[in-house]
Amino acid sequence: MKPMLANESLIAAQHVSKSFPLPEGKGEHLVLREVSLTVRSGEVVSLLGRSGSGKSTLLRIMAGLIPPSQGQVFSNGKPLRGANHDVAMVFQSFALLPWLTVQENVELGLDARGVHREERRQRALKAIDLVGLDGFESAYPKELSGGMKQRVGFARAFVLQPQVLFMDEPFSALDVLTAENLRGEIDDLWNAGTFPSQSILIVTHNIEEAVFLADRVIILGSNPGRIRGEVVIDLPRSHDRAHPHFKELVDYIYTAMTNPELKVTGAVSAKLPVSTPPVAPVSPYAQHLPHVRVGGISGLLELIVESTQGEADVYQVADRLRLTVDDLLPLLEAADLLNFAEVTQGDIKLTASGRDFATTTILRSKDLFRQQILEHVPMLVSMVQTLREKRNGSMRADFFLDLLDEHFPHEEAERQFATAVDWGRYAELFEYDASEDRIYLPESVTAVSSEEPS
Amino acid sequence: MLKRTFPSPEALRRLPFGLADVSVILGTLVLLALVARLGAGTLISFHPPDIVPSIDLNPHHLPYYAGRSTLRMFIALFCSTVFTLVYGYIAAHSRRAARVMIPLLDILQSVPVLGFLSITVTGFIALFPGSLLGLEAASVFAIFTSQVWNMTFSFYQSLRTVPNELSEAATLYQLSGWQRFTKLEVPSATIGLLWNAMMSFGGGWFFVAASEAISVLNQKYTLPGIGSYLAAAIVAEKPAALGWAALTIAIVIILVDQLFWRPLIAWSDKFRMEQSASAEAPESWVYDLLKAARIPRLMGNALTPISETTNRFLSALTRPRSTLTMDTSRQTKDDRVYTLLLLLVIGALAVWTLHFILTTVGLAEVAKTFGLGLLTFLRVTVLLIVATVIWTPVGVAIGFNPKLARLLQPVVLFLASFPANFIFPFATLFFIQTHISLNWGSIVLMALGAQWYILFNSIAGAQNIPTDLREMAADVGLKGWKRWQKLIIPGIFSSWVTGGITASGGAWNASIISEIVSWGQSTLTATGLGSYIAQATEVGDWPRITLGIAMMSLFVVGLNRLFWRQLYHLAETKYHL
Ligand SMILES: Nc1ncnc2c1ncn2[C@@H]1O[C@H](COP(=O)(O)OP(=O)(O)O)[C@@H](O)[C@H]1O
Ligand SMILES: [Mg+2]
Repeated sequence: MKPMLANESLIAAQHVSKSFPLPEGKGEHLVLREVSLTVRSGEVVSLLGRSGSGKSTLLRIMAGLIPPSQGQVFSNGKPLRGANHDVAMVFQSFALLPWLTVQENVELGLDARGVHREERRQRALKAIDLVGLDGFESAYPKELSGGMKQRVGFARAFVLQPQVLFMDEPFSALDVLTAENLRGEIDDLWNAGTFPSQSILIVTHNIEEAVFLADRVIILGSNPGRIRGEVVIDLPRSHDRAHPHFKELVDYIYTAMTNPELKVTGAVSAKLPVSTPPVAPVSPYAQHLPHVRVGGISGLLELIVESTQGEADVYQVADRLRLTVDDLLPLLEAADLLNFAEVTQGDIKLTASGRDFATTTILRSKDLFRQQILEHVPMLVSMVQTLREKRNGSMRADFFLDLLDEHFPHEEAERQFATAVDWGRYAELFEYDASEDRIYLPESVTAVSSEEPS
Repeated sequence: MLKRTFPSPEALRRLPFGLADVSVILGTLVLLALVARLGAGTLISFHPPDIVPSIDLNPHHLPYYAGRSTLRMFIALFCSTVFTLVYGYIAAHSRRAARVMIPLLDILQSVPVLGFLSITVTGFIALFPGSLLGLEAASVFAIFTSQVWNMTFSFYQSLRTVPNELSEAATLYQLSGWQRFTKLEVPSATIGLLWNAMMSFGGGWFFVAASEAISVLNQKYTLPGIGSYLAAAIVAEKPAALGWAALTIAIVIILVDQLFWRPLIAWSDKFRMEQSASAEAPESWVYDLLKAARIPRLMGNALTPISETTNRFLSALTRPRSTLTMDTSRQTKDDRVYTLLLLLVIGALAVWTLHFILTTVGLAEVAKTFGLGLLTFLRVTVLLIVATVIWTPVGVAIGFNPKLARLLQPVVLFLASFPANFIFPFATLFFIQTHISLNWGSIVLMALGAQWYILFNSIAGAQNIPTDLREMAADVGLKGWKRWQKLIIPGIFSSWVTGGITASGGAWNASIISEIVSWGQSTLTATGLGSYIAQATEVGDWPRITLGIAMMSLFVVGLNRLFWRQLYHLAETKYHL
């Protein structure tokens, strides 16, 4: 084990908020709100959150790459201004310079610090050795496989012997096996006490990865990004995936992530309370739709019906489908929203209409889907009403986009709109003409509605 | 017998220096001698109008003249590169500077270079009295202005699109400004910059030929070079000399391509961003030779300590800045003041120009030039339509046949860089003999240079259409016009737009020398904005020169904004493959 200098704070973010200006001066988009986080020496901390929750932004603020809008970052007790010199980073896309050899890439940081040529070479060779790349010193990145490229990324960070090593989803660009292998090696290096940094802060959206590597998992909520709570991984290092408590921890975190309203206490053995229904949003256009296609929802439900008689453990489903949280969670959320399934305690259970939806014919499933939408998605109900009130039964898309813009950053508003259109089209509630950018009621409906007195 | 006098390859390999080294040394020496010989010529004294260098039409002198022109081209290329690096760097790193520099670049790109010659020639001659250097500089400047804007744009774009994570890595690892520039920014811009430089260099031959022999402000100026040889041949009515000149320029273009651009392109392949090895790396025998030779590497090794020291020194001067001191509210206020200042300056300039034009030539003249502009615009339009109708089918046929494409693409590139003004005299002769009015003939002259961009981009566009789509089209039985409508036209649209912009820009520029041509004593003139500028330049009528250039720039900028940009947007969004 590493010699622990317990509780020595290395890097601390205090009440950090960050907003980015929206394009064309349309106000600001709040990405992080009041985030406080401390990395102490000797620990591995994992930041877990769904994509878009601001993990990378937080990491970059703590690395001094971008300034916070509010709050401060302290590095070794001193407020940070400018790039944090006590930190090295491993990037998701490796960030290697393709025109430099492996060795030149690794030497980059030393060169910048003015280390002399011979010493630079010695230290780089040592780091390259440590990540198992000896023999590849003079290769160019494009000659290497993805896993080897990321090893260069690690060597480039190791050679600087930073206090804290930052990693931004370092394994997510690799295929499953390569990622598993490299993750294991990094973990071994840490457990052996020979790791070239005192602490690690790793960003991920893979729950299992977080529990496997970290001593502490910090769960980030979305929209805006904020800290929901932390889960201490009280397992002996290295964390054994077969340990029953490992599964308990993963289940707990899954439940927390699938239920954004739950309070994360970190008390794993006391089960999380069953989800309370969220307070109905004020405007129908403030409702957040999970961005999934209808085919995705029915695909998931079919799988669950076929293989598990309608009830399954979320963690197992994810594992079997090789889906990351980011892919799976929106699907679950949608199934939950449309009342096709109930998701509790890390389990998913189909409802009667969910079973029906998963097994019936396409025409009937459209009916079912429409029914559920009209019952549970006020935004689409409101859109249909608006169209009906118009004499020609049609409306410019901008109209709805503007309504969404009031509740979401523009980019998100566009995605909301796209999802709504996808769902509405499938349910045959309305049609959408992309070239004219208009939404209109299908022919039969217009005929019916014109007969109705309104 | 002969064989024994040469050592075997094995023996050569045993020598400290290989055959490759010998050729590298010889090549370097020849190059140095050439530059020295050509450079000496520029220092000849010159006192217009009495002492003006004369041109000897004997073809033996052609290599020398061609060498002089080539030297000019390379000096201009060097200046363009330096300018590009500085201007692009500043624009990419200062948001405020960019707000002036980028629109300015956009406008400068649209200004007809040839219309400027009058201003620059007088200026540079005044700068270097009693020496040819003034003319030399004016010619170099003309070439410079014809190629630099493209290069600068490309460099600026590359700097702006350096992958975010790479840039963050550079910041986090505390690269100094200098290290960032040499290790990250210039390398990531190299490929785009080189291609642009190569294309612009090709276009530059046209301007070197046009700028060596000009009459400005009732003065005839001649600068020894292949362009002035051409001009002399036209005055002397010697078709044979014209033929020799065309042949020489063709050889020079091929030589420069083989000895300079190919090796550079082959070398630059290592700067490609894609993280995987490329299937088809560009090849060059000169580059292979340089790589095989030991001398460059030995010299490189010997120079390492020096470059290390230099780098360290420059790095110390450009320490990484702390990036985190930004007060957003202050900034927006300063920005507003800045915007106001800019608007004031622009307004003052506009008023001044208007005042100048109104007090000198009057509104009627403005209306007249506008009418002339419309005529030239009509010519450019006809040219684009005809070139499109003729060359896109040819280009698509070539593009769909990979073997043919590989064979013909360098040929088309060569044709694009072959200066059209070397063909002009032949065309002029033809027009005179067949009594074709230059009002129509000038369209052909303008097309001589511009059409190749359409062809080249059609080929590229057709190559970009995925084979799957073509097979699908055959499978569902798309034929003839339907096939064009559904598959080919949408497929090549964005490439065609790129080609169209380039061709139209080139045609406007060429109009200045295409709308007025001569053979011996006879001169043909077309009615248009190009001939208006050319005539004003010849007599040194400043107000009319200004008005003509301004009107032409207005046309080009307007067309770019109103027409090409729309098409570009359409290509980017709807027809993106
Ligand atoms: N430079 C930026 N400008 C504007 N918006 C940004 C910028 N960087 C990130 N964002 C926005 O911030 C949000 C969080 O992004 P990010 O930190 O990358 O999330 P994560 O890493 O958790 O996926 C996203 O909605 C993204 O669009
Ligand atoms: Mg991220």
